Amino acid sequence: MDRNQIREFIAKRVAKEIKDGYVVNLGIGLPTVVANFVPEGINAFFQSENGFIGLGPAPEEGQEDPYIVNAGAQCVTILPGGVFFDSADSFSIIRGGHVDITVLGALQVDEKGNLASWMIPGKMVPGMGGAMDLVTGAKKVIIAMEHTVKGNHKILKECNLPLTAVGKVDLIVTEMGVIEVGDSGLILKEINPEYKVEEVQQATEAHLLIDANLKEMKV
Amino acid sequence: MDKTISIDKAIDYIKDGMTIMIGGFLGCGNPHRLIDALVEKNVKDLTLICNDTGFPEIGVGKLIVNKQVKRLIATHIGTNPETGNQMNSGEMEVILVPQGTLAEQIRAKGAGLGGILTPTGVGTIVEEGKEKIEIEGKEYLLELPIGADIALVHGDTIDKYGNIVYYGATRNFNHLMATAADLVIAEAEKIVEVGEIDPNHVVTPGIFIDYIVHGGGTHG
Repeated sequence: MDRNQIREFIAKRVAKEIKDGYVVNLGIGLPTVVANFVPEGINAFFQSENGFIGLGPAPEEGQEDPYIVNAGAQCVTILPGGVFFDSADSFSIIRGGHVDITVLGALQVDEKGNLASWMIPGKMVPGMGGAMDLVTGAKKVIIAMEHTVKGNHKILKECNLPLTAVGKVDLIVTEMGVIEVGDSGLILKEINPEYKVEEVQQATEAHLLIDANLKEMKV
Repeated sequence: MDKTISIDKAIDYIKDGMTIMIGGFLGCGNPHRLIDALVEKNVKDLTLICNDTGFPEIGVGKLIVNKQVKRLIATHIGTNPETGNQMNSGEMEVILVPQGTLAEQIRAKGAGLGGILTPTGVGTIVEEGKEKIEIEGKEYLLELPIGADIALVHGDTIDKYGNIVYYGATRNFNHLMATAADLVIAEAEKIVEVGEIDPNHVVTPGIFIDYIVHGGGTHG
C-alpha cells in the first residue's frame, strides 16, 4: 500500500467504530478522512470544536462559505438540523462527555493509554488546541495513525514526549492492526493479513498481548 | 444611543503594553479591519489573548509577523511559523492553554467567577504550578479567570446598542470575550437600527459592547 492507501485503509477501519446516532469529533489530517467512510445507514453527528454540530462534506466549487469552516480552516457545509455555538458550549459538549468518539493522530502512544500529540520540545510546538479536552472528555478515544514513523516506533512502553492526557486512549488503529488498551497492556485484536504477528510486534516497542480471538482486520 | 465610531477612533483606545483579546478561530470570525488598523498603528508590547495565531497573512497572525506582541496566550500556534520563530528566539513569551480551558477562563472572568475546575491537563505539563483539587475522587486543575483591557470581537449583524447576531462558525470566542474586558469594541459586517434585530436571535446582549465599528465583509 502507498501512503494514501494506508491512510484510507486506516480511516475505513476507524469508520466502522461509528454507530448510529453517535456524536463524533475528528482531528485534523488522517482522522478527517474517516467521515468519507461512515457505513451506509449510520447517521452520525460530526462535531467541530470551532463551534458546530452537523458538519457536512466539502462544498461544491463556487459554493464555499468562508464562515462555515472546520477546525482546520477548510471550507465545509452544515447539514439540516446542524447548529452553531460558541467555544464554551463547544467544550461543554467535548469535556462534558457528550462526544461518543474522538479520532486523533499521535506522535506517541503507550501501553498505559497515554498520548503525546502536541509538541516536540525545541523542534515543533503547534500547541494542544482542543486535543487535551477531547481526549479527556470523549467517551471513546481512538488513535488513527501509521504504525511507525520513518521506521521508528510510535507505540511505546512509555511516551517520552510531553503528554496530551494520561491513560485516556481506548483504541489504536494502524495499517497493521487494531490494538485495544486494556488494564494489563495492549491487546492486538485484529491484524491486517498482509502482516504476521511477529512483524506487528517488531514494529511496536510495547509488548503486545495477542487476543485469543485475533481477527482479520477488514475494511 | 448609537455606539458606532470610526475605526481610527476605536484604535486610539489601544496603547502600547495593553492586554487585548481578539475573537476568531484561524481567521474565521476575526475582526479583520480592526486587526489591520492595529497593524497600521503599530502598537507595541501587547499581551495578546486569542485562540490561535492564524496564518502569517491572515487574522491575528499579522500582529505576530509585525512583532507587536510581547506575550501570547493561545491554544494553537502551528499554522503560523512566525509565532514559533519568535517563541524559540525568546522575542515573545508564549503560554499555551487547552482550548476548552481558555474558553472557560474567559467565561469565568466575564461571569465574575474566581476560577474554574477542569480535568483537562491533569498529569501533563499544563498542571505545573497549578492547584489540584479533588472532588468525589477525581482530580481537577484550578484555572484562574482571564480578562483584558480591551476585547476586539466580530459579529455579523449588530444593532446600534451593540446587540450581536452571529453567522456560521464565527461565534467561537467572540461572545465570551465580549464579556471579559474593560472595553469591548465590536466589528460588524452590517450595522442596523435598534429594533431591527429580533430579540430572540441576539446572542451577545448589547450591554457588553462599548463601541461598534463597521467591518463590511462577505455578509455585509
